[in-house]
Amino acid sequence: MELNTYQKEIFERQRPVIEKFGKRTWGWTIFYLLWIGVGGYALYLQIAKGHKVTGMRDNVVWGLYIANFIFFIGISYAGAVISGILHLLKVEWRKPIIRIAEMITVIATIIGPIFILLCIGRLDRLHHLFLYPRLQSPITWDVLAIGTYFTGSVIFLYLALIKDFAIYRDAKLNIPKWKQKFYKIMAIGYRGTPSQKRHIKISTNLMAIIIIPLAIIVHSVLSWIFGMTLRPGWHSTIFGPYFVLAAIYSGTGVLIIAMWVYRRMYKLNSYLTDKHFIYLGYIMMVLGAGYGYFTFSEYLTDWFASEKWDNEVIEKLFNPAKYGWWFLFANVAGIILPILVVAIPKTRRPNLITLAAFFMVLALWVKRYLIIVPTLESPLLPMQDTRMEYVKYHATWVEWALTLAGVATFFLFFTLMSKFVTIIPISEFGEKEKAMIPAKENEIATA
Amino acid sequence: MKKEEEINDKSRRDFLKTAALATIATTACGSLACSCSPKKAEVAKKVKLLSPDGEIVEIDSAYLNYQEHMAIVSKLEARQGIAGKKFVMVVDLSRCKNARKCVAACQKWHYRPEDKEWLTVKLMKDSEEGAPYWFPKQCFHCDNPPCVKVCPVDATFKRQDGLVLIDNERCIGCKFCMAACPYSTRVFNWEEPDIPIDIKNLQYSPETGIPARVGTVEKCDFCPDRSREGKLPPCVEACPNGVFYFGDENEDTVTNGDETVSFSQLIKDRAAYRFMEELGTKPRVYYLPPKDRQFPVERGYEDLPEKLKDRFKYIMEDKTK
Repeated sequence: MELNTYQKEIFERQRPVIEKFGKRTWGWTIFYLLWIGVGGYALYLQIAKGHKVTGMRDNVVWGLYIANFIFFIGISYAGAVISGILHLLKVEWRKPIIRIAEMITVIATIIGPIFILLCIGRLDRLHHLFLYPRLQSPITWDVLAIGTYFTGSVIFLYLALIKDFAIYRDAKLNIPKWKQKFYKIMAIGYRGTPSQKRHIKISTNLMAIIIIPLAIIVHSVLSWIFGMTLRPGWHSTIFGPYFVLAAIYSGTGVLIIAMWVYRRMYKLNSYLTDKHFIYLGYIMMVLGAGYGYFTFSEYLTDWFASEKWDNEVIEKLFNPAKYGWWFLFANVAGIILPILVVAIPKTRRPNLITLAAFFMVLALWVKRYLIIVPTLESPLLPMQDTRMEYVKYHATWVEWALTLAGVATFFLFFTLMSKFVTIIPISEFGEKEKAMIPAKENEIATA
Repeated sequence: MKKEEEINDKSRRDFLKTAALATIATTACGSLACSCSPKKAEVAKKVKLLSPDGEIVEIDSAYLNYQEHMAIVSKLEARQGIAGKKFVMVVDLSRCKNARKCVAACQKWHYRPEDKEWLTVKLMKDSEEGAPYWFPKQCFHCDNPPCVKVCPVDATFKRQDGLVLIDNERCIGCKFCMAACPYSTRVFNWEEPDIPIDIKNLQYSPETGIPARVGTVEKCDFCPDRSREGKLPPCVEACPNGVFYFGDENEDTVTNGDETVSFSQLIKDRAAYRFMEELGTKPRVYYLPPKDRQFPVERGYEDLPEKLKDRFKYIMEDKTK
């Protein structure tokens, strides 16, 4: 593959990253593996001793795991929607960030469902989902939707990678034979002929169109696991769009954080520019406003009408002695903070935007927890149970260990993937994108 | 395909039935080997049985021990239900004094450990000024069951006789049914259950619900295995005050063991209601309002062990009232 000057420059910059593994990478990898090991031990305990080792009991049947499940599927929206929409709108500044976005999507879509598996009492009977499927169960919808979405996301990521694989194949990199071979296989004989180019272009456009409704379906179906029940705080008509918006929102936040990390780690300031942070910040702000509107609408209606059961959940969320502080954090850090940071020109800086995104992502995780646990702690019939662990949910170390193991797996996958493919896509930069690479920072031309 | 399956199932069931009976026969013979005489004096008819070695033996039925909790129907029949029946329960709240005999009977019959109740008695207080009353609660076996709707593997199902049962050999333990049930009826086996030795090797049936299995959901089943034998559920039998009326809506009769009454007449005369009708779940359990109560509510509280008292303390000892 012939590279133009700009592509060469980008490639040379990232070449060492995929050529060498490096001590620091080894260090992190081992660190993540250790965490995953602790999670593995926790999982062993959970399988050997039963779910008794978790904090879940007959009233609060779901806990951290389901919150993590929603959270990870949520952040997977980074690639699907952000990258898909920006692609369709032909926004040129998207090009350096699509790889990160799509990697987040694929990795998070792998990790999310693992958490729902952790919640299942009989993993040995998982095949029953296919042996005796019942189409009327929202769980079956989830299996179908997430399966399709994952396949779509992998294809979308791969389509954008084929050209790059061809570049790595032809670049005579100083890498072991198996890696050389891997690139050769993955490039599936791409030579850059006009017909090949055209096919990739058409397929990518198609996938960008397909992936958006798919993503919307996934989180809607997921929200309906709750929305379809007769539970206060769950049985809400806006849950579908509410979850979808929250998902895109948290996905944008994770994308901003990932950009910041890579920019620092590999000194990619001239590609991941301040403008990227600011533009994504704008997107985050708009989504944050929409998410805030949904939140306000959801809780205002429940609180104002104050139906007995809804009221019980609302009371738990508003009461500082119960979940009040968490609810406040979820809304201040999850709605007000990101909007203010981006809206005020003085704070509209990459570091601050990233910090706001970080707190926002955290707040959205807390929000998912607050959607699940307080509702399950408010059954319609009085609990009248003397066993405290049945009345109130407290996550055990097993659940926390597995949660952290999930986060570590996310980072591990990210680290490993960045050793195989360049974080900034090379082939995307054609001659006409000359202007894309700014001489100075803070300068980026939009096509 | 379906037909064939049914036939297979039937022959398999017949085989299992005989095999199981034969096992009992051998154990019975074994234990009676020393006495070498039938248990009962009268000589009953001979029955043909399949021995564990695969031989057909003829044996005097007097040698057979009655074994409770036998899975007497196939899985398929357990899913279909008893033809022509439509089980229904009426709970007379005016008679309940929280004697807890129903709970004990249910626990015993189903080999349930303490604290893991299928049948619970709640203390309800509908409004701030309202008087508290005892409220026994089984599974409502709803006609529009939210739990069955959400099951991804058809492990919990609605039968033609109205019952909602669980197949714990199919259940994957996702607990979605527990989240979906608005009445907190279902319980989960969070760890390997302690199964008494005498039921450990019983063949499982959704109709008997035993033995329990780790990682699966279970709940009150209205004891269809007893209905097949023409018996009432243990909770109904055990109640000293005749709180529970159990019966068949198709026959329009319900009985609490002492009296048999017309179901439609009873719910008409006593202004029966279904719990949280507004949820649209259409329960098969009707409640007779706690009007003209036979016992003061304290009668069910004072003599309780401390541990149980704790459950209801917040209502009974509400000093603000």
